Amino acid sequence: MSQVWSYFQNHQSQIGQETWTTVWLAALPLLIGTLIALPVGWWASRTRWLYLPLITTAGILYTIPSIVLFVSMPGLIGTKILAPENVAIALTVYTFALMVRVSADAFGSVSGDAMSAAAAMGFTTRQRLFSVQLPIAVPVLGAGIRVAAVSNVSLVSVASTIGVAQLGSLFIEGNQNSDLHPIVLALILFVLLALVFDGLVLLGIRLLTPWQRAVTAR
Amino acid sequence: MIRFESVTKRYDADGPVAVDNLSLVAPSGQITVFVGPSGCGKTTSLRMINRMIEPSSGTIWIDDVDTAKGSSSELRRGIGYVIQHAGLFPHRTILDNVATVPFLLGRDKREARKGAMELLERVGLDPAFATRYPAQLSGGQQQRVGVARALAADPPVMLMDEPFSAVDPIVREQLQNEFLRLQQDLGKTIVFVTHDIDEAIKLGDQVAVLRVGGRLAQMASPAELLARPADPFVAAFVGRDRGYRALGFTTAGTLDLDKGAAARLGTDLTAVRGSTADGWLLVVDDDDLPQGWINTLELTDEQLKGQITPDLLNLGGTLAHEGGSLREVLDAALSSPSGWGVVVDADGRLAGTITAEKVLTKIRQERSAAAAAGAGP
Repeated sequence: MSQVWSYFQNHQSQIGQETWTTVWLAALPLLIGTLIALPVGWWASRTRWLYLPLITTAGILYTIPSIVLFVSMPGLIGTKILAPENVAIALTVYTFALMVRVSADAFGSVSGDAMSAAAAMGFTTRQRLFSVQLPIAVPVLGAGIRVAAVSNVSLVSVASTIGVAQLGSLFIEGNQNSDLHPIVLALILFVLLALVFDGLVLLGIRLLTPWQRAVTAR
Repeated sequence: MIRFESVTKRYDADGPVAVDNLSLVAPSGQITVFVGPSGCGKTTSLRMINRMIEPSSGTIWIDDVDTAKGSSSELRRGIGYVIQHAGLFPHRTILDNVATVPFLLGRDKREARKGAMELLERVGLDPAFATRYPAQLSGGQQQRVGVARALAADPPVMLMDEPFSAVDPIVREQLQNEFLRLQQDLGKTIVFVTHDIDEAIKLGDQVAVLRVGGRLAQMASPAELLARPADPFVAAFVGRDRGYRALGFTTAGTLDLDKGAAARLGTDLTAVRGSTADGWLLVVDDDDLPQGWINTLELTDEQLKGQITPDLLNLGGTLAHEGGSLREVLDAALSSPSGWGVVVDADGRLAGTITAEKVLTKIRQERSAAAAAGAGP
């Protein structure tokens, strides 16, 4: 363990750089993918015929192996082979695929009574969405975002196989030099990162849903 | 006043009619109940008033304003609405739920919350509920919040869609009574939908009975509906016991009460046994409040040596109030274990007892008096 620590100290600046790359490669797609998925999911929750084809397509997207998606990005959108954008865009696709389903279900799960009461009291469609449907959907949306966040962190590591430098590169390095230390270090850092992401999302959910705690506390 | 003018609703252009050429008036300051079996279009009719559903043809007027003109959201903010499961917002506190419409109308938040607080008390909720969330309340409490929310912007018109159907019978009765009391103070123009004819008769100033296919079968006051159903459908829907229920609309007036002495709790049984032929004695406490009946013929010799104690009493029998309805008095007589109905005064003290036969005589007298006045059958 002390050797893992000294490895970390010897490569501090490189690891710092790679950690930062890992963080933004996981976080930015999470944000963008969710923001795109929300309106599409909302649309699917309102449009019965759209739900099934959309959810099925999203499911298929999610089953594409990440490595395939990473290497096919340059061919699809004309980026450079080693560009980190390939990873960011691929992870955005995964987040979107996961969150479309989650948000369709989250919006659909909002009680019809609350929605029709809102309409009957004179909420416009937009007011209904932002001050009734969206806040009530937060717990379900949040659960989906937690899964997507952790999954993004772990998928970033795969990007080292296509040469995008981030914490996952430590796995390659350890493998090539038959050195266990960088591998253990990367493992620890990935777990920590996943925990931090999960914790942040959880914190956000709790801040947005004081009403949920009041109910469980009963 | 809400006026339906030849209102028809078809969900599909060639499909069946949900509401068929409905014309009626719900007068200002009164409760108009829409009642009928499933598929009679009562809820559709209600929802057309605030344009949750748009009529296919015809016009609905609120105080001579055509509801189809203008924005539906603005129309709805001026109409209170209560639905079956309350439909409260789970993510907002009770207070903010009540203040929903004032907030929508852009009123001052502090003022709106203050008004909401007063309303909570008005509908019989502890102010301590204000900071709680809907899921922390029982169904009956949630429904009270629903009523308070509908009243928050003080709309002249209220629509109520089976608001008391989802709670248990005891809570339902409480809610109904409170609702009637509230309406006495507020005098809103209310349209109330229910499938329960008893609720319709209890709450309605007038009742519109709708039949399947959305046609108006009869529009009348509850007493009229019970006394003179317009056709076999209404007669069947109004149901059994309607002769008995109609008695609920006639006050008993002066009754020929038997003022025979009652026994007090704690009296020695030896002193009172044999004072009535059938053995039944009405027992009152020191304040003359009726406590129950005792049958001296059914007591053991051992018990007869003692005093009248609460555990010997038969508590069966409802109490009728002086000035109550004939139904109340008849029920008191029919439900009494002794066959004598107990009538009490406004303070709950014993006024006297009466047999079912005497109540029936009274009913006959009332009828002939009404016939002589040319007002009834």
